[in-house]
Amino acid sequence: MRNLVIVVLLSSLLAACATPKPVAKGEESTSAPVSEGKRTAPTAPTVSSPDAVASVDDDPLNDRNSMLAKRSLYYPLDGYVVQADDKAAVQAHARYLAEHPNRKVRLEGHADERGSNEYNLALGQRRADGVKNMLMLGGAKSDQIETASYGEEKPKATAHDESAWSQNRRTDIIYK
Amino acid sequence: MKVLRYLGLLIFLWWTAQAHAALTIEIMGAGEHQIPIAIVPFAGEEKLSQSISQIVAADLARSGLFRLVETAGKKPHEPSEVVYADWAGVDALAIGSVRMLPTGRVEAKVRLLDAVKHTELLGQAVSAKDNQLRAIAHRIADLIYQKLTGDAGVFSTRIAYVNRQGKNYRLVVADSDGYGEQAVLSVSEPIMSPAWSPDGSHLAYVTFEQNHAVVYAQSLLTKQRVVLANFKGSNSAPEWSPDGKMLAIVLTRDDSSQIYLVQPDGSNLRRITFGGGIDTEPSFSPDGQYLLFTSNRGGSVQIYRIPVEGGAAERQTFEGGNNFSPRYSPDGKSFVFAHFTNGKFYIATQDFQTKQMQILTDGGWEKKPSFSPNGKLVLFATEAQGRGILATVSSDGRVKQKMFPQDGDIREPRWGPFLKQ
Repeated sequence: MRNLVIVVLLSSLLAACATPKPVAKGEESTSAPVSEGKRTAPTAPTVSSPDAVASVDDDPLNDRNSMLAKRSLYYPLDGYVVQADDKAAVQAHARYLAEHPNRKVRLEGHADERGSNEYNLALGQRRADGVKNMLMLGGAKSDQIETASYGEEKPKATAHDESAWSQNRRTDIIYK
Repeated sequence: MKVLRYLGLLIFLWWTAQAHAALTIEIMGAGEHQIPIAIVPFAGEEKLSQSISQIVAADLARSGLFRLVETAGKKPHEPSEVVYADWAGVDALAIGSVRMLPTGRVEAKVRLLDAVKHTELLGQAVSAKDNQLRAIAHRIADLIYQKLTGDAGVFSTRIAYVNRQGKNYRLVVADSDGYGEQAVLSVSEPIMSPAWSPDGSHLAYVTFEQNHAVVYAQSLLTKQRVVLANFKGSNSAPEWSPDGKMLAIVLTRDDSSQIYLVQPDGSNLRRITFGGGIDTEPSFSPDGQYLLFTSNRGGSVQIYRIPVEGGAAERQTFEGGNNFSPRYSPDGKSFVFAHFTNGKFYIATQDFQTKQMQILTDGGWEKKPSFSPNGKLVLFATEAQGRGILATVSSDGRVKQKMFPQDGDIREPRWGPFLKQ
């Protein structure tokens, strides 16, 4: 709650800084009530979030320094095998799923645009299924894991270059 | 001079396309032997909402096989009114008239005259409801095209494509000139791989509405649809057999992507390929005996052929880089595909007998080719001005067209079959 107020105050301060200098006094005075209104408006929906976070605080999924924080795996062109650097993270997710049998995960495979849409759909599926196999080898159960592919249909980056393509050759691990 | 002529043609096409085209068309190149033809404005068509003769002329011009000659104010409507000396510059002359029938339908009578031999090549009446003037014109253009080239015209056929606008995806069916656009499906998840049933009554396609790729078949008449395949993982790449009795689809339910056959009601599923890698994009030969498909079984991504009833897969493409998206030509003698080499996609064809690859386009993000039902044109997806657009190229590579959508991007085009007359 206090944080929110600070954020709102900061943003209104920033807005004030950003205001061009030659402003008529009348305009200045009308802008003030608007930011006052903003301060109260967002409190209602966000008030519950600190409680929600607190209740799952001990969940290693929320530890930013844990290997479980790695939720995207990347691949070379046409590759679908989990890369050496990512194996420890996938194994950590496998352990987590084995220890939390009520948790479910969705694996979404993606591909860059250098292939036909259908081939890329197949490639993305193979990427996701490869991660699924590794999770199951690590103790996760089949019914905890759902896989899907979007191929090249939902690119994270849209440029026609390697910087975009490397981001799009990916499996996302999404806890449900 | 040539440039001027094309400029004139472009302006003419632009002008005729003003009414309500979903696509704006740009043409480049010309057939090797363009037939000079004049289309005289039809008697009585000034009373109609659209000029039938102008639509006929635009159709013929778009094929790249005709050179439209100005009629210069001469307006014969009957053979007896034709002074052949006035038409020295043309090989053929189309004249005609339209009238309202007592039933409320519009009838157009057209005669195609040989301006060299002074004979009548064609005389036919075409009628339709008054809201189907374009259909009448396309039918007339088909008749003229067939008479003068010997090949069936495709002006009356339709195309399907996916129009993406932000996060909205529409599966669209339109006339082959981009008019008469109708949304078959409108969803907020991607749509892929529309495939026409051989009679043009249904489209099979893939959508992600259920958070993974699912294959549907939908009636264009009733809009009703059935789920063809909704197994775990991805269900995709539907393709109708030439007799319409089954579809080839690609599933990941047992393995990585493999090809299966299924009946149009979703029953009688059986597996066809056992490649171990990725097998996808099946295309039936016109006789229904073979499937072409894309596979990475040999390391690189190449095109293979397999008998539908089982047997060994035979690699078809060997040229550098990867090859995708094979589609049989209507005569079964060749196939078209997307050839990826040195960072670019090209549309190419390959003859089964000579095994020679012919690249038809200049290269770019050119994908998903399909033949027009007469085999003379290839429709594909490409990019221009930062947008996904449609393009066609004649199967000899000489005539190219770009078709720009009004909004958003176009993806996944597919040319439909001949409609029953």
